[in-house]
Amino acid sequence: MPAVNDTVWAAQDTTPAVIEAALRELLLERHNESDGYVPARVLNLICIVERQWSGEIANRLRRVGRYHPSRTIVCAVSEGRRTIDAVASIAADATPVGRQHVLTHETVILDLGPGHLEHLETIVDPLVVTDLTTVVWAPHGHWQAVEALRGLSQCVLLDSLEDPDVAGALRRAQALLAERYVVDLAWLRSTPWRERIATVFDQPAQRHRLGEIAGIRIRNVAESGAAALLLCGWLTSRLGWPQGQLTRDGHGRALGAMGEVQVELESVHQDVPGLGGITIEFRDASELSLDRGPGGLAAISRDAQGGERRWKLLGASRGEGGILGEGIRQSLLRDPTYREALNAAAGMLT
Amino acid sequence: MTVADLGPNPLAQGLERLPVAPTNLVIFGATGDLARRKLLPAVYNLAHEGALPGRFNLIGVSRGELAHEEYREIAAESIRTFSRTPPDESVLAGLLDELRYVSGAFNEAATYEALAAALAELDAAAGEPMARAFYLSTAPEFFAVIVDALGVAGLARSEQVDVRAVIEKPFGTSLAEARELNGQVLSVFSESQIFRIDHYLGKETVQNMLAFRFANGMFEPLWNRNYIAHVQITAAEDIGIGSRAGYYDHAGALRDLVQNHMLQLLTLLCMEPPVTFAADAVRDEKVKVLHSIRTPAPDELAAMSVRAQYAAGDSGGESVVGYLEEEGVPSDSHTETYAALRLEVDNWRWAGVPFYLRTGKRLARKVTEIAVTLRPVPHLAFEQDGSIGVRPNQLVLTMQPNEGVSLSLGAKIPGTRMRIRPVNMEFLYGTAFLSQSPEAYERLILDAMRGEATLFTRNDEVEAQWRICDPIVSQWAADAVPLPQYPAGTQGPVEADALLLDGHQWRAI
Repeated sequence: MPAVNDTVWAAQDTTPAVIEAALRELLLERHNESDGYVPARVLNLICIVERQWSGEIANRLRRVGRYHPSRTIVCAVSEGRRTIDAVASIAADATPVGRQHVLTHETVILDLGPGHLEHLETIVDPLVVTDLTTVVWAPHGHWQAVEALRGLSQCVLLDSLEDPDVAGALRRAQALLAERYVVDLAWLRSTPWRERIATVFDQPAQRHRLGEIAGIRIRNVAESGAAALLLCGWLTSRLGWPQGQLTRDGHGRALGAMGEVQVELESVHQDVPGLGGITIEFRDASELSLDRGPGGLAAISRDAQGGERRWKLLGASRGEGGILGEGIRQSLLRDPTYREALNAAAGMLT
Repeated sequence: MTVADLGPNPLAQGLERLPVAPTNLVIFGATGDLARRKLLPAVYNLAHEGALPGRFNLIGVSRGELAHEEYREIAAESIRTFSRTPPDESVLAGLLDELRYVSGAFNEAATYEALAAALAELDAAAGEPMARAFYLSTAPEFFAVIVDALGVAGLARSEQVDVRAVIEKPFGTSLAEARELNGQVLSVFSESQIFRIDHYLGKETVQNMLAFRFANGMFEPLWNRNYIAHVQITAAEDIGIGSRAGYYDHAGALRDLVQNHMLQLLTLLCMEPPVTFAADAVRDEKVKVLHSIRTPAPDELAAMSVRAQYAAGDSGGESVVGYLEEEGVPSDSHTETYAALRLEVDNWRWAGVPFYLRTGKRLARKVTEIAVTLRPVPHLAFEQDGSIGVRPNQLVLTMQPNEGVSLSLGAKIPGTRMRIRPVNMEFLYGTAFLSQSPEAYERLILDAMRGEATLFTRNDEVEAQWRICDPIVSQWAADAVPLPQYPAGTQGPVEADALLLDGHQWRAI
């Protein structure tokens, strides 16, 4: 979020208690400046990053726009560091005029060493706003820190696409889901696809075709296999199909309502990570395809006689910033279908 | 497994955006102000969010002679100017690509023949009949004309798909007109096909009242005549009538805001908990509240209603003219720009609690709020000297501009003496949610296409609203005397104080 004004405090070799007192002082300072400044109170985001890549993460967080966490605590880890340095700031994106209220967001950047991660909860606990949902995000893979914050956080934000080991990424999500809620950006990348597929089959005249699916071909960027698998897991779990199987080269099968369903994951090239398209084949040789395109998804329906209809399912691309923002928003909601989809997806690889 | 085994669409479970049937949305009055400022931008935003039906077409109907391409340009310009989201040009192009325009008078059969042909063409392109939603965004005198013509043209019913009619406000300008219009509309459509818009109900802030009341156990025990002394509902505007003299001078404050929006707020505040949030369960409870408000008798009107007009004054630091000097307003107009009522809800929960409603133009500031004042504590053991003292608690639900909840509490002033003054415990919705609220019309258009009627006004509801306001409207129309004046930019007319009972005071606007 581009801030127009910041109130900043910084200290070296400091302690959580001192930082917490400084935050309180900063909030009071802002309030005394104008009671039009109102602190946002939505959620705490604890972000554990490699210090050398922290700028990139800060840029990603800036692009989430209105989905900015109300308090962000960035733990920037660098080798060899033994003390804690801190910068705390309160940012507003406007100056209040008249009776107008302007939301403020707090950010604390902690410079830490790897040795701090095992006991990270004791460092971060005084800094989170009590009673708000606390979300942990470790985009550079500090899973030890995620584990250390188990008691403090209610949600883990992750992106299974960032792990080249798809099976391992899904297993990790399963393990985390056993103790906390998980928001996987790979799952959120499939949301528009899931919504559109659900829409296609919502009409009574189309519903019976759910039982006639003979094949599913999902097109995805090579590094986005987790998103494709989660979409596949969603379909199989929602339709009550028994466990499917998939080989490492993306070929497999599941057992549908009327017999075997062929499952194919195909790599495609596109500028953005995630899914590129899906084709659902039916037993009468008709098929429905949805493919990413400008302004939404291009839909093609081919009937058994070769007749073809094309239309567009409108929707703007959310971009990577939009997906991260959606991830932050989703951490306050609960998707009852994710767990089943994840288990089905992970099960296909075993 | 059969489809029957699957039950409801298994793919829809857990989705935030529920599927909507393929729909052709027809906007009558497609070149009008409402369509350009609100409806087209709302449809675009639904497209931007991916919330429109999988197959969706837009048809504009209006009297002006325009080619499809010319109307596409008007629509694109309206969306670029008024959309809350900067348009994504590829989404906009996709939305407007198949946009059709039907030119013709609303009372001519040829208009509906052309419309039927356009609908049939779009159905054929889709390979299936698509649901139809007719949005009547025209001057009110055309509502019955259009509905009747749709019926004659055979467009109002279908064996295969849902057909719905969305009707803008005002739904009549009196009880007799509302009844007549209901009769005309219901002779063509069934009630389940009709969606009467009160866009206030589409506002997140108004829907939040249901959550506030029925998702929080702490307020319900207090929510009755035993604890609540009085309620004030205020819808104040700091602006004048602007360029709306033609409409406003015929409507006035009572018809413009009280009969619809403010009575909706009152019903949401007073209704009993519905069994479910299904449309008729909620609307049944709202109608019960309206039925609990007695129709004012002629001899009661002077004591329970006040009207006034703004005079010249200062607003926002600038001198502004009075209502009678506004462009387009007759210099002898008796139209009220301020209306205040005292109503009572005669039921077990609310008997004896006065409900004060006030609305006006050119008041001190823009605010819409409900202030619930609790009864005072029965005994005061605190020192009363040297402080404001203990005041009855007041719960204020603010709809705009800063949506929130504020509770005034008595608190000890720091020091050696036990002195009390009121302090506020404030909650602002904007501090606790990440999402931007959609425009009311986005929600309402989507709900109408889905056939979800909870946020629309039912026929008996609109007639019950008119039953309360009709005697006041009639008497004010018959009583053509010069109206009390209040200076622009102030709290309103002093005459409104006469409505207040038992030492009650208006909250400062």
